[in-house]
Amino acid sequence: MSTAQRPGGGGLLGRLADFFDDRTGYRAILHEALYERVPGGARWRYVWGSTLVFAFLVQVITGLVLWASYSASAQTAWESVYYIQHEMAGGWLLRGIHHFMAQAMVVLLALHLLQVVIDGAYRAPREVNFWLGLVLMMLVLGMALTGYLLPWDQKGYWATRVATNLAGLVPLVGPALQQLVVGGPDYGHHTLTRFFALHAGFLPAGLVVMLVVHLALFRKHGLHAKQPLTRPDAMFWPDQVLKDAVAMLAVMAVVLGVILVPAVRTMLAGGTVVPGELGAELGAPADPSLPYAAARPEWYFLFLFQFLKVFEGWGASGEFLGAIVVPGLVMTVMFLMPILGHWQLGHRFNVAFTFGIVAGAALLTGLALNEDYYALWVDPASLAEAERLDAETEGDAAKLAAAVGGDPAKQAEAERQIKRLRKVRHSRAFLAAARQAKVDAARAVELAGRPERIPPAGMLELVRTDPASQGPRLFAQHCASCHAHVDPTDPAAATALAHSSAANLFGFGSAAWMRGLLDADQVGGPAYFGNTAHKEGDMVSFVTGDLADADTWSQEDIAAVVAAMAAEAGLPEPDVGREVVARGRDLVSSGERCGACHAFGDNGTDLGSAPDLNGWGGREWIVGIITDPTHARFYGDSNDRMPRFGVSDEGESPALTASEIGIVADWLRGQWYRAATH
Amino acid sequence: MQGHDPAVDEQGARRGFLSKVMALAAGGLATLAPAGAGVWVLLDPLRRKSAAASFLRVTEIEAIPDDGVPRQFPIVTDRVDAWTGFPAEPVGAVYLRREKGSDVVQALSATCPHAGCFVEMEPAEHCFRCPCHNSSFTLDGGIVAPSPSPRPMDELECRIGHGGAVEVKWQNFFTGIAEKVARP
Repeated sequence: MSTAQRPGGGGLLGRLADFFDDRTGYRAILHEALYERVPGGARWRYVWGSTLVFAFLVQVITGLVLWASYSASAQTAWESVYYIQHEMAGGWLLRGIHHFMAQAMVVLLALHLLQVVIDGAYRAPREVNFWLGLVLMMLVLGMALTGYLLPWDQKGYWATRVATNLAGLVPLVGPALQQLVVGGPDYGHHTLTRFFALHAGFLPAGLVVMLVVHLALFRKHGLHAKQPLTRPDAMFWPDQVLKDAVAMLAVMAVVLGVILVPAVRTMLAGGTVVPGELGAELGAPADPSLPYAAARPEWYFLFLFQFLKVFEGWGASGEFLGAIVVPGLVMTVMFLMPILGHWQLGHRFNVAFTFGIVAGAALLTGLALNEDYYALWVDPASLAEAERLDAETEGDAAKLAAAVGGDPAKQAEAERQIKRLRKVRHSRAFLAAARQAKVDAARAVELAGRPERIPPAGMLELVRTDPASQGPRLFAQHCASCHAHVDPTDPAAATALAHSSAANLFGFGSAAWMRGLLDADQVGGPAYFGNTAHKEGDMVSFVTGDLADADTWSQEDIAAVVAAMAAEAGLPEPDVGREVVARGRDLVSSGERCGACHAFGDNGTDLGSAPDLNGWGGREWIVGIITDPTHARFYGDSNDRMPRFGVSDEGESPALTASEIGIVADWLRGQWYRAATH
Repeated sequence: MQGHDPAVDEQGARRGFLSKVMALAAGGLATLAPAGAGVWVLLDPLRRKSAAASFLRVTEIEAIPDDGVPRQFPIVTDRVDAWTGFPAEPVGAVYLRREKGSDVVQALSATCPHAGCFVEMEPAEHCFRCPCHNSSFTLDGGIVAPSPSPRPMDELECRIGHGGAVEVKWQNFFTGIAEKVARP
């Protein structure tokens, strides 16, 4: 054969192509792959399968690169995802594409399935391929479910707990199955390694095998053309490929749009775009001891989540029905569709069933969203009456009947309104939890960006010792039953102070706090000693007596004392000058002034009569008084009800650890890490 | 193929059958080793048991006001996660409550018996509510009907130790079933 007759032509490239074709036969393979006949010509309705293959390819590409930076363990998963999202160049974009393409894939799956069912494309000889498609769908959903956990944030952690607990309901093998998936009796390192292996190994490998067979069978049977054919046949390449490519581009554009539109909005509003805040969310690190009331599955699983609520009051059988039996039956019907489809009536049933499922899922999703966001579309004013009745009657039907004057119609209406009020409250609780989740997430990201970086024990340790996030929680749990912590200028302060039985610790250690203490109008009030045993004590009588006497104590004297005490606390304050502080120190120390009762500097006053003012309001001082207020340095025998949080009887552990007391002290003093930009 | 000698064919068929069986056996055996080793390791979690339930000191009795209102306390204990040992870590939470004038403390696990979310107190409605699927419980853990939860909140054994220490037997239970069965 002369070179001139070869398809490659005589050129160098052509000869090279011939060389490979002789040895591989690639031209025939390419021809086979591309020159598939499309009966009735290329159509948009045939693009769904191709877009799915494209979406999977996108997930493989982005997933492999994510894998190159991801570390699956309870101490490194969140940390490595944080690093990808917030520090690696383009990490936000890569993760965003992976995250939203996964969601697009679920939508495309639904469209592909709908189209196949409506067109009756599952009929003989394509039954096996339909079944393969269903298996592929379950594999994709499995990858979505396993991927949700991998960042090891609160959202993924709590959603996965629910999902794996539901897996435990499968008859006979459930508990073993759950333990195998979780990697032991508790969630931890091996939950992550297993979910990761499933997400990036087992499931995609299975998917590739099934996909190859799915596509091979698709080519074997040929395209299931929608009748009637109105146009002449065309070839797959390039006619249908062009339509497919345009559809893929559209899918990609939507995904990129979801990621980038918030950035455009921010720019239009004149803000600065922080790339790490674009794309996929990253919540606060998973914490099994911290409730997460905003726990919800990914939106496309919301209908299953809501479905469990349908079985209220059914007992154990309800959850079993909702999580296992009904979904199992639906899948069984879907697997039977090709057989049912042999009959025209069966096909109609299949179409109706599929639309029923889609409509049901849409309805449940709507219900779930309505429950969560209900408070947003209810006018709070319309609830005032229900609020009042609910508070008055405390859920007691007899009291409610009396409150509405025994009118059954009015009572029914009142009950309806109270029910609505409950719904609003639940929704508000969800919204508050979702807001708190955002705050916690932002704080974790801020902390992770510290110059000291994340400690070897992982981010959770850092979050758990962070005064900004843990201080309020510890204070609420241990201190707030007596102490208020409320800005006195807040309109709601009066109510909070009235309920407190000890000093308001807002701004403790600041000049403003000290100024209030030395104010005759305030010292005996609820923000200071008003609700304590010291109400009639020496300090109150001193401030309302001696200190109020302008002949003994000038305003400058008091200001100097305030400055000296604020200097002890060491918080950032406006500079008042060294001389003022020195004058204040002399006044505090003087045996004729504060030093008469309080030890300060070298004034020689014995401890025990009044709190030591050395280092007052400083970290060490606050840690000391929380640890043991009965110590002679603080209130000694005159301590009023404050527990010794850091000491306990022999053999017992104290109520608060040294580290926790330090956290409370740092929080009270407002001392915590803040990123420079904040 | 050249010629058809029935004897050779028969012999060939017999040998062919033997070859097939042996080929499958050899190939199967060869694959068995990695597959077996793989399954062996994959099943390892079934051998793992959670730490034996033991009484853990949670707080002191004075910290639980005797007003019948539950208070939430963290469960702090040493935890082992595969190769990592976490000393004194919060691993969960309990609600403790005490009736007026009573020295008996009731301990309720904060884990929802429905699907394992974290049950929260709903002070405005004097009840517990799970933020996931709305399971509601009375303050002593009973079911508020209708509820998706198949059983009341899980009560944990609780005793008062030396010096008024409240000790709770920390355990996890299977969720979603009517009986309260402790996880092994």
